[in-house]
This record gives sequence, structure tokens and C-alpha cells, in this order.
Amino acid sequence: MSGKTAVLEMHGITKRFAGGTLANDSIDLDLGDREIHALLGENGAGKSTLMNILYGLVTPDEGEIRIDGEPVAIQGPSDAIARGIGMVHQHFMLVPVLTVAENVVLGQEITRGGQVLDMRAAEGRIHELAERLGFTVDPRARVDQLSLGQQQRVEILKAIYRGARILVLDEPTAVLTPQETREIFGVLRRLREEGTSIIFISHKLDEVLEIADRITVIRRGKVVGTRTPAETNENELAELMVGRAVSLRVDRGESHPGDVVLEVIGLRVEDDRRHEVCQGVDLTVRAGEIVGIAGVGGNGQDELVECIVGLRKPLAGTVRLAGRDITRLSVEERRDLGIAYVPADRQRFGLVLPYLLPDNFVLTRYGEVPYAAGLGGFIRQVRPIRSEAGRLAKEFDVRSSSLDVAASTLSGGNQQKVVVAREFRHDLKLLVIDQPTRGLDVGSIEFIHKQVIERRDAGVGVLLVSAELDEVLDLSDRILVMYRGRIVGSFAAADAQREKVGLLMATGEARP
Amino acid sequence: MKNLRARLAPTWAKASIPVYSIVLAFAVAAVIVVISSVFTDSGFSPLLPLAAYGSLFAGAFGSGTGIANTLVSAAPLMFGGLAVGLGLKAGLFNIGVAGQFLVGAFAAAVTGASLATAPTIVGMPLAMLAGAAAGAAYGFIPGYLKARTGAHEVVTTIMLNNAAVLLLTWAVNDLVRAPGFSFPRTGEIGQSALPILLGRNLHLGIVFAVVAIFVIRWILDRTILGFEIRTVGANPSAARYAGMRPIFITALTMTISGLLAGVAGAIQMLGVIGFYAPGITASVGFDSIAVALLGRSDPIGILFAALLFGAFRAGAPLMQIETSVPIEVIDIIQALVILFLAADLIVRRVFRVRAPKVEITEMATVTGSWGAGTPPAGSTG
Repeated sequence: MSGKTAVLEMHGITKRFAGGTLANDSIDLDLGDREIHALLGENGAGKSTLMNILYGLVTPDEGEIRIDGEPVAIQGPSDAIARGIGMVHQHFMLVPVLTVAENVVLGQEITRGGQVLDMRAAEGRIHELAERLGFTVDPRARVDQLSLGQQQRVEILKAIYRGARILVLDEPTAVLTPQETREIFGVLRRLREEGTSIIFISHKLDEVLEIADRITVIRRGKVVGTRTPAETNENELAELMVGRAVSLRVDRGESHPGDVVLEVIGLRVEDDRRHEVCQGVDLTVRAGEIVGIAGVGGNGQDELVECIVGLRKPLAGTVRLAGRDITRLSVEERRDLGIAYVPADRQRFGLVLPYLLPDNFVLTRYGEVPYAAGLGGFIRQVRPIRSEAGRLAKEFDVRSSSLDVAASTLSGGNQQKVVVAREFRHDLKLLVIDQPTRGLDVGSIEFIHKQVIERRDAGVGVLLVSAELDEVLDLSDRILVMYRGRIVGSFAAADAQREKVGLLMATGEARP
Repeated sequence: MKNLRARLAPTWAKASIPVYSIVLAFAVAAVIVVISSVFTDSGFSPLLPLAAYGSLFAGAFGSGTGIANTLVSAAPLMFGGLAVGLGLKAGLFNIGVAGQFLVGAFAAAVTGASLATAPTIVGMPLAMLAGAAAGAAYGFIPGYLKARTGAHEVVTTIMLNNAAVLLLTWAVNDLVRAPGFSFPRTGEIGQSALPILLGRNLHLGIVFAVVAIFVIRWILDRTILGFEIRTVGANPSAARYAGMRPIFITALTMTISGLLAGVAGAIQMLGVIGFYAPGITASVGFDSIAVALLGRSDPIGILFAALLFGAFRAGAPLMQIETSVPIEVIDIIQALVILFLAADLIVRRVFRVRAPKVEITEMATVTGSWGAGTPPAGSTG
């Protein structure tokens, strides 16, 4: 307990879900006063279940929760809030059209005479609170105009405003840039000084080592170890998490670039709100090389990629595949020419969640022989579809009880593997992958990175977009930095230093 | 036995809420019947609902005529239910079945009347085709508007329902009014009527309806078109990503939906009504929505739901004659069924059914249709 008294103890927490899976298997966890305690584990290891139990969203089958040594029963979030537990979810729970102040006080409004909202008083208190935590925020700004990093700070403010002494952050850095991550770490340290104890859920090893006082690793519902950053390292943590030795660095040989497969010239693109988010982008990808686009989310990368694969029509510019102009071709025609695409949002684009796995495994090939035949390719052929699904599930190690389950029941990592298995074909010219490992654990990331390298070495041109700077740096043979709709920098892999690229991502300029 | 239970489990998972909703609707309607009995001549009679439901059942299934009446009432509801159900599969809420039904009935009546003396083998199919084509055309309009401009199908089909009633009234009055009648109507359909298979009124349209159930089921489950329709309905973004054309599928699905509704009108016209006159009932249009929701948009479910609603229509007169419980109680039961389907939380409470893993997409489409509305699938493409 590192000499500090425990503000929170969870003893023997067990939760069995319908179907018999043990999400939590007699987990013990304690949180010291003014401690940042990291909870590390793969997707589906049981971290979120444990925290949902703490927050009263899930009832445990067994176990006891003590706060300041007192046993407590937490029946719902309101109990949790009353006991000083605050939670910042991975997906923010803010009302976009309300202001910062309105969001923070929502449910605990300050009123005059019982009925009239006193927003001025609220704004004052929020301003003061933010200052104490070491950041500034305009209480009158509308939440939908804030960056994700700012929105997260509003979430933290909300929790603290409600009197949280124990703050749970679920994957807080998943959506942040390196700069924003550093800033949020500053806020967390400040909170610790002010007397808040923090549980920090993550699967990012470097961050956990940097911020945590103690690290508890969970694997398959069980605590497999607790360490302090001083006595451990990334390799040990990864091994604890996955249960075997994991190579954290991508092991890739020299690339042997061939002919140009993708050529984008002067591409100008609008987003759905008619803002021009790509303002004349030029880039090329050669066969057998990986070109990575680094950039903070929302700088036009997604729209650029949608233009390349045919989901969006450009205002101007040309897209060529192996010398052929494909600017006007449909998604289907481009796919037939050898483009595959792993979309950033697997649940929105990549999968049909209520469908069973076989239909998802052939989603982008549903009309091809042998999956459709007879009456001019009109009738779906169940047997070939199933056997292909079985083969892909095995080759890409998609873990599910059977093929006859809806895609919605799979974990995020397994869902992504379904998409990757379907798109990573062997007869490709160009592979476009947008956020291929977002939200995945180290084991799945390692696997998917290996597959990307394998396709590159087989002569496929790969265009990678990722908000994860390390991923771009690790995988790419060439790195482009995108900022506000333009390519503002280009690096060979050897010259791309993390700081330089990060700065360019954040400011669009090479020096501050 | 255990094996059988395991095999029936998925079906029961889908059917349990509709079945429980029906049970609950009967129970609540019984309470209403008992309470209202206080204000009748016979006075408070707690067993009246049992007698009424007994007569209802006897009227619907107790005799050959009763069964025939049930089937005859169910046939247009099967087509209409399929029309609504197919739309829901594609994420479209076709409220325009009433209008498409009338247009189909009118086209069948006019074609049938003009071929009244031709052999049945010529006149009847042509009249059916005319009804189907008219319904399809009338379904295509909202489909095209949605695909091209994003106009919401709920709004356009409601307007087109009114347009159909008024246009057809005008047409019967001024274009195709048959001479020799005291009120505006189309001519006799003569030989173009659907052949009677059995008894007094069991016509061929019932066979068509059952065949249509299985054809639509096959299309949805086994064909590329069905896969595209279901994918567009389940996730239009993923459909676009997969290379489908949601715009085209939307327009096509509304057209097929209109076609089915048009056929519903045609068989009702050629099998039961016999001539088009302003004011012929289009209640099939709205009952079809109920049938589709009760059948969970599944063709087999629609088959059973249509039979149930058909039985209501066929059995209600006997109920009124024997027990003086008015026919309108049937409308109360139907309304309660839909209410309980929509508010399935009540049903789950009462019967302790665990929450489903998969949400009811039909209800999502229906409720979503009335909100601000989603942009048309793939309008940017």
C-alpha cells in the first residue's frame, strides 16, 4: 500500500455473465490516498466490468467494496457519486449543444429562489475550479466547439464539481494527441496534489509507466500482478498483460518500393458540413512501401481516404491507381481493381453488427463468385460463405464461441480482426488502412502490424492513417504529416524524430 | 424433446414478445368489456369476455364458412404486411400502403371491367398485373423522392394516401364511371374475377398470398437483392462501404413494397369487392402496418399475424350477434397489441422476459421515422 492509507478497497470481486464467462474472478484492488493507480489489461480482460461495478452500473456476484474502511453498497451511479466516486468514460457523456458550465452543473444546478438558474454563479465556480487544476476553459463555450482534449477536461471538471475524491478515467488518452496527453497528465498530477485519488485505466504501457504510482495488471478477469513503475518495464508489463512474451517494436526489414500504385494530385475535398477539409493534397504510394499519414484527428485524413476508396467525391483533383484515372469510379469498381480499405470506424462502416459472422466476413465480396451464383449471380451460396468465414476466422484468430454469433457480441479486437481478415487479401494493389488498431490491446496490435508488413513485402502499396503517432513511426517507410487539410511535412522513416513530427502535427509548423 | 426445445428456442426468442402482447391485449380488452357491461341492459357480467372471445373464435374457425372468411380477410393483409415489412427491412416506413392499395384496386377494377367478357385466364392475370404495376408506380414516387431529394417517406406517403383517395374519386366520377348505376362506380369485372376455389368465397388470391410470403422470404434470406435490402436497413454506411447503392435500393424497395400493396388491392378487388366506388375501405392499409409489426417484419411472422387479424374480422360479427359485444372491441384489441409491442417493457415486466440482445429494428425504424429524420442513406454519393 506504499505507506498510504487506502481510500478504496475492493475485495474478492467476482462477476459471472450469462453464458458463464467470468468477467471478474475474485479481484482485489486497493487505492491509496492521493495515489494514481493504473489498471492495465487487454480488451475484455475485465477492467471496465470492475469499474462499472465500482460505479454501480453492474452488480457483482460476490465481493465487498470499502470506502475509507467502511463497507458500502453501491446500487447505482447516484450512490457512487454520493460516495465521492467520479467517472470519466471513454466516450464522453456531454451534451454537445450545451455550454461547458451547463454541462458541468447538469443535475446539480445552482438556482435562485429554487427555480431560476444562476448560471453566472456556476460559471464563476467552474472558472475557479479549472484554475486550481491548472488549466483554463471558457465556461460559456459550447461543448461541440471544443477539441476532444478540452471536452475531456470538462468531464474531469464535472466529476470534481460533484465532489469526487476518487476519480476513475477509462482510457483517457485514447483520443488525444501526444501534446494533449502531456497536458492531461499535468492535470492529473495537480488533482493528486489537491487530494484526489485516481484510477487510470489504460492499455498503453508507456503512459502507465509515466503517470502511475502503482500498476495493477488484469488478465482474463484475474489480477496477475501489481508493480510500481520503478520495479518494472514495458516488456514485463506486456508479458503480464498478454500472458506471453510480446514484441513491442515492429520487426520490419527493408522496404523495396516498386512502381507507383497510388497517385493523388491536387485533391480538394469537402466534409459533410461543406467545409473544405482537404485543400490540394498530393501524395504517392509505391508498391511494397508503407506511407503513413500522421495527424491529429479531424485534419482531413478521413475525407482524403474516403476519396481514395470512392466513398466521397472530390471537388477537384485526380486519383490514379497504377496509372489509371479512377477519380470517377464507384467503390465497387475500385475494389475490383485491387483497392482494399479498413475504415476508421469499424462499427459504422466495417461491419453490420446484427449480422452473423459469415455475412460480415464476406460483406465487401457478397456479390462475387462463389459467394453468389445462379440466376446470373443472384442467389447467395451459403456453403462457400461459411467455409470462407471459417478459414478467415482460423487464419486471423478471431475468437468467438461459433460463427453463428452476431458481430456485435465480439470484443473490439475481434471485430477489427474480422474487418482486417476480410480486407487483407493477397491479390491487392493498394491497401488503405485508417486507424487499424484503435482501441486494441498489444496482442492484437502486434498481430495486425505483422499482417501489414507481410502485405507490404508481398508488393502491396499501403497507405496508413493513424492518430497514434507511434504506430505511424513504427510501421511507415515514409511519413507525411497532415495539418488543416494540407500535407505539411514529409519524412523518410530514418529521419522522423518523434518530437519533430509531433510538433508538426500539433502546429503545422516545424518550430514553435 | 430437449432437442426440439433447443431448435425452437431462436424462434421463440423472436415470437415471445408478439405472443405475449396478444395475450396481454386480450386480457386488458376483457377488463374493458367487463367494465362497459355495467352500462348495458344485461348489467355487470364478469364472464362476458369469455363468452365474447368464445364466439369470436367460433366465428373465425368454428365452421367451414368461418375459416374461409378468415382466409379471405387475411389474404390482402398478407400482401399488405409484406409491403410494410419489406420496407422496414430496408429501414423505410411505408405508411402509404393505403394509397397503393387503392391505386392497385382501381387499376385492377378498370382493367378487369374492360376485359369482363374475355376468358378468365386472360382477364384475371392482366387485371392483377395492372394492379401490381399501379401499386409499384405509386410506391416508386416516394422511393424516388427519398433517394433523390431525401424527402422523408413517412411524410410523402401520408400525402400520397390523400392524393390517391381524391384522384381516384375524380377518376371514377369523370373518367371511368360505368353507365346504368345510381352512384359512381366502375363496371362489372365479370370473367376477370379471381376464381372461387371452395365454398362461396374462398378465392385464388389466398394461394397467391401464401406463395408471396415464401417468395419474399426467399428473396430476403437467399438472394443478393435481399442481402442488399437488409444491409441498407441495418447499416446504410456499411452498405455504401461494401459497394452497394443505398439510393437505388431505397427506391427499388419502395417500388416493390408498393407493388405488393397494389396486389393486395387487386386481389381484394377481384376476389371480394368487384367494383371500385369512392369510399371503398382502405383499412387494409393501416391494418397492414399492425400486421408487419406484429410479425416482426418476418414473412412467416406476417403470415400468422395476418391470419390472426383476418380471424378478428371474420369472427367479430358472430361475437356481436351472440354476445352483443360490439365489433369495435376488435379495434381495441388490435390497438392494444401494437401498444404493447411498442412498449415491450410492459410485456417483459408482466411475463418476466429477459431483455433481448438485439434491438427490434422495426420499432427503431418506426419511431425514428417520426423524429428529425436521418439523412437519406448515401445522399452524398
